[in-house]
Amino acid sequence: MSAQRIGAEAVAAKGWLRAHKWLLARRVSQLGILLLFLLGPLAGIWIVKGNLTFSYTLNFLPLTDPYILLQSLLTRHLPETKAFVGAAIVLAFYLLVGGRVFCSWVCPVNMVTDAAAWLRSRLGIKGGAHVSRRTRFWILGLTLLLAATTGTLAWELVNPVSMFHRGIIFGLGSVWAVILAIFLLELFVMQDGWCGRLCPMGAFYSLIGKVSLVRAAAVNRAACNDCMDCFVVCPEPQVIRPALKGVAGAGPVILAGSCTNCGRCIDVCSKEVFAFGTRFGNRIEKVSPPAQKMAPACK
Amino acid sequence: MHKPIIMEADKPRKPAAQARRQFLLDSARMACGVGLLGIGIGLYAKQAKALPPLALRPPGALAEKDFLGACVRCGLCVRDCPYDILSLATPEEPVSTGTPYFVARQLPCEMCEDIPCVKACPTGALDHSLTDINKSKMGLAVLVDQENCLNFLGLRCDICYRICPLIDKAITLEQQLNARTGKHALFIPVVHSDACTGCGKCEKGCPLEVAAIKVYPTELAKGEPGKHYRLGWVEKEKAGGSLVAPDVQHQYNLPEGMRYESGKGLMPSEAPPAVPPGSAAPGTQPGLPKALQGGKL
Repeated sequence: MSAQRIGAEAVAAKGWLRAHKWLLARRVSQLGILLLFLLGPLAGIWIVKGNLTFSYTLNFLPLTDPYILLQSLLTRHLPETKAFVGAAIVLAFYLLVGGRVFCSWVCPVNMVTDAAAWLRSRLGIKGGAHVSRRTRFWILGLTLLLAATTGTLAWELVNPVSMFHRGIIFGLGSVWAVILAIFLLELFVMQDGWCGRLCPMGAFYSLIGKVSLVRAAAVNRAACNDCMDCFVVCPEPQVIRPALKGVAGAGPVILAGSCTNCGRCIDVCSKEVFAFGTRFGNRIEKVSPPAQKMAPACK
Repeated sequence: MHKPIIMEADKPRKPAAQARRQFLLDSARMACGVGLLGIGIGLYAKQAKALPPLALRPPGALAEKDFLGACVRCGLCVRDCPYDILSLATPEEPVSTGTPYFVARQLPCEMCEDIPCVKACPTGALDHSLTDINKSKMGLAVLVDQENCLNFLGLRCDICYRICPLIDKAITLEQQLNARTGKHALFIPVVHSDACTGCGKCEKGCPLEVAAIKVYPTELAKGEPGKHYRLGWVEKEKAGGSLVAPDVQHQYNLPEGMRYESGKGLMPSEAPPAVPPGSAAPGTQPGLPKALQGGKL
């Protein structure tokens, strides 16, 4: 990176707090969700029981990971109704707030890979193995195929995401080694390696993200001064270009499913080009509506 | 870092044939790489299907091969177990990652009447049709070490029998003659598979350094006769009489006035045969355990 840190312009223009608003909100969300799960085992306050694959809130609200439910169905097991209800609620939620909101606002591995990305940029580490971002969709297909052929939730044997979240709540065991491996992979071997290229959960949620409602949008793209900070900070930089540069007549809304709605582009832009909106904001092109700020839609 | 941004749109358009070639190459590369990963995980999944004998599933767990597709590893059964006996397997343990299990020798199942672990399961990996804990089959207790079991040595330990929640149903004590002393009794603990739930209380209670009675997965603990095999006395009782024509007694060419008795040799024929052939039941010694006796008890 250049001598100047990413987002330095934004900090100068908007102040540190506003230049880190969404980042802080995400950390509050990620840690808050972990805290909710941990209150039970640590303090005996049972608001939420279970983990990210299935949880039961206040003995009333079931939440099921639709990805694991799909795998379970492919093993030809028919779960209890409660699991279906939970999956429907979760699906509806992410259809509303953005598929990969799971990745950037909920998933605990995101904090690990964000830390690796931060360190990578601070240490000026560049290059490494190139693996296509489409790989995750192949791995997603593989995990579903494995469920159907082995009759077991084979991916769950090695899934670092569920392993890490379950480990934090139920006892980590050797999971720390898996998480360290992911950290090192992201730091030295592959930029955005796990979350951006390999993780099938991210791939699954980006399929939901293809049609979900809440979107980051380059609503004020005329003001862009090509500082490139958003591209550098974005974990999925390929999603920005069409919206920001209007490639092939694209509107300002980032419609790509792999956008995680993390809001870092909003934070890091000194010209306030980006804002959260809905996918329907794309129709009113060239009017450049005032940046509508949405409340952080987190669990 | 800027490379991927400039890359796609600024590339000159390739001719269709070249693009198709590139697409096929990319796909082949993906299929090979991801396929390799799949083989690795698939083989690991196959190995992970084998549950070690000492790891027991909670009550109502489906057969292991179905359980591994049904359990989503949420840990609600662990949370709702009032005795904290269940834990979720971490990756280094020999149980499928994230699935619930308990080890009887450490903490056995307390067999709660309301079975909260089953009720908590959102997927039915713990079968909700199990409503009577006494009907659960977590495994089957087996007295594996008859050489070290204190009762087999002629002592009155009886702990496994007394501690059993289904005393006199799942474990009974069967009297046998103590051949070592010649005048005492052995009280042999006998497990009955129709009643044993596999809770593991007996294994936990065994006072030996290593338990002589252990709970094993039922399929490991039980034998099974061939499907065609029938027990004569059972069939006879069902039919209310012998199913075959009674044997005609063998005619020997013997000296007049003599008959042949098995094991004794020639006898004067005055005395009638002690037992009619076919019903000789030598196994009704008083000391033999129930399981070793014939069906008639």
